[in-house]
Amino acid sequence: MLKINKPIRANPAFMKVARLLAHVVIFGWLGIVFYQGFSDQLGGDPVQTLLDFTGIGALNLLVISLIISPLAMSFKFTQLLPFRRPVGLYSALYGLSHFYVFIAFELQFEMQLIFAEIIKRPYITVGFVTLIILIVLAVTSVNRIKKRMGTTWFTLHSLAYVAVVLAGLHYLWLVKSAWYEPAIYLIFSVCLLFLRRDKIKKIFK
Amino acid sequence: MFFKFRNSNSLTENQVTDEAVYKQRRDVLKKLGYLGAGTLLAASTKATAGPFDWFSDEDKAKFATSALNFSKVESNASSDILTPMDKATGYNNFYEFGTDKEDPIQHSQSFRVDPWSLSIEGLVEKPITLGYDDLFSSFDLEERIYRLRCVEAWSMVIPWLGFSLANIIKKAQPLSSAKYVSFQTLYEPKQMPGQRSRFTGGGVDFPYVEGLRLDEAMQSLTMLSVGMYGKTLPPQNGAPIRLVVPWKYGFKSIKSIVKIVLTDKQPPTTWQTLAADEYGFYANVNPKVDHPRWSQARERRITGGGLLAQNRIDTLPFNGYDEVASLYKSMDLSKFY
Ligand code: HEM
Repeated sequence: MLKINKPIRANPAFMKVARLLAHVVIFGWLGIVFYQGFSDQLGGDPVQTLLDFTGIGALNLLVISLIISPLAMSFKFTQLLPFRRPVGLYSALYGLSHFYVFIAFELQFEMQLIFAEIIKRPYITVGFVTLIILIVLAVTSVNRIKKRMGTTWFTLHSLAYVAVVLAGLHYLWLVKSAWYEPAIYLIFSVCLLFLRRDKIKKIFK
Repeated sequence: MFFKFRNSNSLTENQVTDEAVYKQRRDVLKKLGYLGAGTLLAASTKATAGPFDWFSDEDKAKFATSALNFSKVESNASSDILTPMDKATGYNNFYEFGTDKEDPIQHSQSFRVDPWSLSIEGLVEKPITLGYDDLFSSFDLEERIYRLRCVEAWSMVIPWLGFSLANIIKKAQPLSSAKYVSFQTLYEPKQMPGQRSRFTGGGVDFPYVEGLRLDEAMQSLTMLSVGMYGKTLPPQNGAPIRLVVPWKYGFKSIKSIVKIVLTDKQPPTTWQTLAADEYGFYANVNPKVDHPRWSQARERRITGGGLLAQNRIDTLPFNGYDEVASLYKSMDLSKFY
């Protein structure tokens, strides 16, 4: 991996502003797109647009949350690390919104159909498992729980890598024919896994 | 449930606003300097919201459509609520112009339709070639309101203008050996960015081709459409001439047709070639036969009005056009999907 000797240090005030900005953009964006959906400004099929936006959003945020560590390490830029938790949490929030759009607007609370789809359609099963992982990780990211879990916490949170691969698979499975984008995500996830191979090896020891 | 679904019968006034009135209002608002950052965010036709959309040019020259003369024909969809025109023209599957639903309207506005040439050939007595003007003058135009059911489980209700495909086939006098009709979309990568590479066109091997059995093609519901909502077709909906087969999934209704060939063998069709286990030759709307990745039992009717006005309704066999059932009397439709 690329190694840089001189650590990067930014003005703490700047990092604070950057964090605030990240919150505003990630949360605000979700809010705006939902608002547009309710007020019929999302084109022909607001449900599909919202479903795609939240799905891609969840995946992008998950990928970003996983790149932060390797970036921080290569550039010795440890101030990036506090971004991991909020970005990961937002990934879970986008994932939950995605699921909510699916059951509330796509299937409009036809409970039987919701269960049937989760069981019957492999790509939805995979999405569901991904979402469960994201929720478990979000809940256990609370400081008190994290402390209590000790080293198991790190093992558990390696599931984020499983989640990113599963999300890529979910995406690849659902496209009708344009498989390139999901394939790029999958290849990227595998690269991430490769970067973190030492850490992963440790877990399986 | 956190939200109550608004019944689509209670469409509010702005949901059915005529396009012209809507644009007029926007112009007024613009003059007042009222459409600022808010509308940039809401980028009217482009659905995906993102910071980059703020820079997209909203006033890109729109393809010009013109009014047509026609008579109205009653159909069993006449009482359904029409899909607002901006939805039917802003949300399309037309991979020749890109794979996202908003790509076609974005990338097709400079599409050239005149001159055009549509030929009817193959196993016919008298091959025909129609130029651009002939498309509108050779047959009396009728307005027919049809339901359009997409294989992706959404549907629209659209007032098409056109004529029965049977008219033109009869005129060409099919030979008795003709059993099928094949159709082909224009292939012109210069004009259709999706055709330039597999990456931009969703892996489709262009030109797009479709087919019908001759008796399906002769069914009077099957139409060649040259317009919608009272005017000529915009490019994203298949200008200048497209097929509309209301009892089949939307992908059968091939757009921007240049060639119709009568054949004695079942012709290949684009989506069947791409994934035969997912899309059949017949592709009749059938609530009992699921697509491998989604249920076809119900559908979301797109009527306008935002998230809360989206209606889920039962999908009907043959999309509610029972009169075509006799075409498939002795066939197992779960096998011939
Ligand atoms: C219970 C959980 C989930 C369900 C039921 C679900 C369902 C769906 C559905 C129905 C679609 C749209 C399919 C279509 O366009 O036909 C979709 C798209 C997508 N989902 Fe999920 N999903 C779930 C979880 C997730 C999670 C956790 C992620 C990411 C972390 C994710 C990422 C995506 C992506 C990237 C797309 C594609 C969007 C696009 O086409 O642009 N999904 N999902």
